[in-house]
Amino acid sequence: MLALLASLPYWAQTLLRLLGGITAVLLPAGTIVYVFLFKMMSFMQSRLGPMEAGPFGSMQLFAEVGKWLQKEDLYPERADRFIFKIAPLVVLSSTFLLVAVVPFGPDAWFTNFEAGVFYALAVSSVSVLGILIAGWSSANKYSLLGGLRAAGQLIAYELPMVLAVIGVVIQAGSMNLQQIVVAQNAGSIFGWDGLGNPYILTQFLVFLIFMIAVQAELTQTPFDMPIAESELVSGYMTEYSGFRFLIFFIGEFATAGVFALIASVLFLGGWGVPFAWFGWTDVNSIDNWMNIVGPLIMFTKMMVLVFLIMWVRFSYPRFREDQLQRFAWKVLIPLSLGNILLTSVLKVAF
Amino acid sequence: MAKIPGLLKGLGVTLGTMVETVTKGANTVQYPHEKETPPIRARGVIALHEGNCTSCMLCARSCPDWCIYIEGHKELAPPRRAGGKPRQVNKLDRFDIDYALCMYCGICVEVCPFDALFWSPEYEYSEPRIADLLHDKSKLGEWMETVPEAPELEAGAEKKGKK
Repeated sequence: MLALLASLPYWAQTLLRLLGGITAVLLPAGTIVYVFLFKMMSFMQSRLGPMEAGPFGSMQLFAEVGKWLQKEDLYPERADRFIFKIAPLVVLSSTFLLVAVVPFGPDAWFTNFEAGVFYALAVSSVSVLGILIAGWSSANKYSLLGGLRAAGQLIAYELPMVLAVIGVVIQAGSMNLQQIVVAQNAGSIFGWDGLGNPYILTQFLVFLIFMIAVQAELTQTPFDMPIAESELVSGYMTEYSGFRFLIFFIGEFATAGVFALIASVLFLGGWGVPFAWFGWTDVNSIDNWMNIVGPLIMFTKMMVLVFLIMWVRFSYPRFREDQLQRFAWKVLIPLSLGNILLTSVLKVAF
Repeated sequence: MAKIPGLLKGLGVTLGTMVETVTKGANTVQYPHEKETPPIRARGVIALHEGNCTSCMLCARSCPDWCIYIEGHKELAPPRRAGGKPRQVNKLDRFDIDYALCMYCGICVEVCPFDALFWSPEYEYSEPRIADLLHDKSKLGEWMETVPEAPELEAGAEKKGKK
């Protein structure tokens, strides 16, 4: 597989990577919007959701995208026009940068990056910048308030996320996401290797902290203070319409998908199946078909994790701003610091 | 910590509703394909029984939105009994209700002393042009066909009007 890819000219490799990246961002985003936002939310509210466009409304998203693309590209008179226009692109670009580091199979990766976890967490905070400049450049007090709230929230929840992931990094002994996948699937629980050693078992607290922080990073509902439609219209997105709103919309759900992919890599064993099932020992002995099956396994795990995110989103009311900050600084950060300590002690002990 | 059972219960409610919707169907109906019958005394559209109207203007005057337009003129009608004086009657020229303004309060129906206005449960009369929401005398008369029989009075209620 790798040899085949290496035999291609450079432009063809770049094109393939580009297509793969676009697929890895847009396919999960579309699926998440249809399956969860349109259908699951409707079912949880005892209604059917879109039913007219295509069988069971499955073409609804194309109708919506078509509608958004037709709209005029509006901007407020006093907006900082250049900044206003690039803000959604900054948000979406952080999603694309994020997916670049996710491994989808033994050879199916975009970059096999040694400091993968570090890179992913650093790049995910670029979207804060996009949101902040969107709120600032709109020349609108709702947008500004939303942007500032978003900045405060995303910075507050970045910390527990980073600190929580350190627990996984210590246990895996690597910041390379591919190594973390291999470490989980090649691992064993007290000598029993039928399940590998997915870190959700040993690092369940980290998993919880990570998912809560992801929920806040995505500004999904219990943490949707920056958007808070009942008080801030639509927060930093208030002045956006047409395809710039569409880009924000794709960015929101694509990032949900990519964060779920990263969570599945960190906690659920990523693309792998326990190596003991097929008698593999390390990443080089894995059969080639895993490059096809791996992405499907990743996709399934992503859907499960996004289901959790969306389930929480559709169930809970919004946190107040002070509750939200207190929860991050006084509960999640001390917990994740304690977890680092505990994991380090156990790592040295075993 | 004490809030965790409540949080889990909340997740259970949404998941339970989802399972119920998938297995037993939704609480909603798919409107253009299936329709619910409106409840009794539903306020859909106001129908005019032209023969009962005396163009007394009570409805137009009591309308909070001023959405009823009435024009009429006086006419002489033949006397009731032979040899009598010709009667003077009000002839209705125009009776329009502008449903773009109407707020469905039903005061006109209540206030009409001659039972000329009725509630009909029909509700599908939206128009692409707002001016078409002005229903004239003949259109209001057509709605009379859709007016249901008056529902049974409650036990103990006294019937007003002619015995």
